[in-house]
Amino acid sequence: MNAEIRNMKTNAELALAEAYSSGKARLPGGRTVVALREAAAARFDALGLPHRRVEEWKYTDLRALMREARPIAGAPDAAGIARAKDAGLRIGDMEARRIVFVDGTFVPEISDLTDLSPGLIIRSMAQALAAGDPLVEAHLGKVVPPDREGVVALNTALMRDGAVIHVAKGATVERPIHLVFAATGQTPASVFTRSLVVIEAGARVMLVESHDASAGHQVNTALELVVGDKAHVDHIKITGGPSDLVHVSSLMASIGAHARFNDFAFNIGGGVVRNQTFVRFDGEGTLAGLRGASLLNGKQHVDSTLVVDHQAPGCQSREVFATVLDGESRGVFQGKIVVRPHAQQTDARMMTRALLLSDEAEADSKPELEIFADDVQCGHGATSGALDEDLKFYLMARGIPETDAEALLVQAFVGEAIEGIEHAGLRDALMEQVVAWLRARGA
Amino acid sequence: MLEVKNLHVTVDGKQILNGLDLVVDKGEVHAIMGPNGSGKSTLAYVMAGKPGYEATQGQILLDGEDILAMQSDERAANGLFLAFQYPLEIPGVATMTFLRTALNAQRKKRGEAELSTPEFLKLVREAAGKLEIDMDMLRRGVNVGFSGGEKKRNEILQMALLQPRLCVLDETDSGLDIDALKIVSDGVNRLRSPDRSMLVITHYQRLLDHIVPDVVHVLSAGRIVKTGGKELALELEASGYAQFQGEVAHAS
Repeated sequence: MNAEIRNMKTNAELALAEAYSSGKARLPGGRTVVALREAAAARFDALGLPHRRVEEWKYTDLRALMREARPIAGAPDAAGIARAKDAGLRIGDMEARRIVFVDGTFVPEISDLTDLSPGLIIRSMAQALAAGDPLVEAHLGKVVPPDREGVVALNTALMRDGAVIHVAKGATVERPIHLVFAATGQTPASVFTRSLVVIEAGARVMLVESHDASAGHQVNTALELVVGDKAHVDHIKITGGPSDLVHVSSLMASIGAHARFNDFAFNIGGGVVRNQTFVRFDGEGTLAGLRGASLLNGKQHVDSTLVVDHQAPGCQSREVFATVLDGESRGVFQGKIVVRPHAQQTDARMMTRALLLSDEAEADSKPELEIFADDVQCGHGATSGALDEDLKFYLMARGIPETDAEALLVQAFVGEAIEGIEHAGLRDALMEQVVAWLRARGA
Repeated sequence: MLEVKNLHVTVDGKQILNGLDLVVDKGEVHAIMGPNGSGKSTLAYVMAGKPGYEATQGQILLDGEDILAMQSDERAANGLFLAFQYPLEIPGVATMTFLRTALNAQRKKRGEAELSTPEFLKLVREAAGKLEIDMDMLRRGVNVGFSGGEKKRNEILQMALLQPRLCVLDETDSGLDIDALKIVSDGVNRLRSPDRSMLVITHYQRLLDHIVPDVVHVLSAGRIVKTGGKELALELEASGYAQFQGEVAHAS
């Protein structure tokens, strides 16, 4: 076969390459950053958008799902900022510190940077890139660099803004930090955000990301997270948006020894959503909980792909994912656990469950275990099925109408994953979202 | 109050009830006894509207209204309650949520106001106390981690809260030790009233020592083959069901 054919670019790939070459002069960053972008652009040029022949993307053929690329969003105007005022409220009242990005640009006037607790630094990625911030120079693109990842390369080439957060050794950040990403532009656009969060040893913080966008947007967001020894980090990501939204998100986290990392992904909107999570254990005795819940309807396609790399001994990872599928939606779970030769006494488990509310919905799950150590416990499980008719009858026999009975059972199904969130207020807020979703379904 | 007329029921295409007739008057407690496979649980399920239990002929009238056309939840709101032989576990739905949702759904359907939280809690606390059910247990998932006895007590708690007109108790004594049996039957007896009828389905006479029926029916091969007073239960205990198997053969 002629290699030329494989290198045929789609309209979307051509447009993205053009957006980079014509726009790179205006992207923030000095020489080091320019070199990083150039290398990433070359990588994207070689890889292109991921497609079904790339194993990691087998169920989410982004090249086919994203025929055209939208023009890159510009800085938001006053009206766009005004529309973002209420974005991200679905997390409930957590008294979180809101850091707001509109159309991919940090907006200080609607963000809260007052009274930062000692040891907490928050700044904009655009400023950090322009100023040659040493934290960014030290970590950006280096936390868990995924191989052959076209979308991460694309993000690195085109990243414009995002959050840079540093929590000093031993500091406890009481107020949760809420990164609000809102794309409110009235013409469909592409948005590339990149954040870096470095939590030093023994520090504690809760980080919430919420993502929302207006019609037709294409969002590519990435977060690099460094968790120090004995640090305790909660990270929650909530993704919503219209049914024609393409949202691709990459979380790359390296975790030190004796740390705790709780991650939760909640998907309640969007058209094509890919959440890819790369977690690497760099120190022993660490606990990581990676959980998620997704509610899908219409033609939504939500893909949760995780790679958990046990590079250190005695770590525990728990993956619990629940997906509710209605309409003609499709849910994908791919979980890969790698246990390196010296990562003895690893305890890794993953469980994914799909609840199919419609005959047209489809759930795919692909667990992969690569175990090179001999003293480990690894397990995985996957279930998919319809609502239990016997349970439904039991509820109805007590006078609960059919739609309410179904709603109770769906809440219970999703609840198991949501219970893993430590913050009670956030748990309740997400359950309210589930109830609202069910109400909209019953209506 | 309850009139079952010429009821024929099939399950998976198999005929289980064959022209069952039964009348339970207001305030009466009737027992249905019968051997395994005679159709006792089928009668309970078809009354509650379990999917797959198809009435091909006949009627079930509750105060003159045919409930066969109603959904299960409508039957419940109309005052029918089935205490399950095997109460189901529902992980993730707290018992309190379940009770409150059920109670308010029925009230709503009857055009009554929903109960406030304090009103509801007071009702539950009283009813649970009488059945020796710990309030902490009710915060857990419905029947999750409950013993057999606790599950049955939870059924009676639901019955006490929902205040049905007609209670159908399907093998309520199964899986109960003697202490639990006493608590459960005391709970049922407290609910006996001139306005409420009960149908107690049981294989063994033992339960009827505690819940003393007004009338005893023997069900065999899908029909009532004999009806008598409470002494009929004792007779059956002594002689077994074999005699009725023959009677049915004769009748058909």
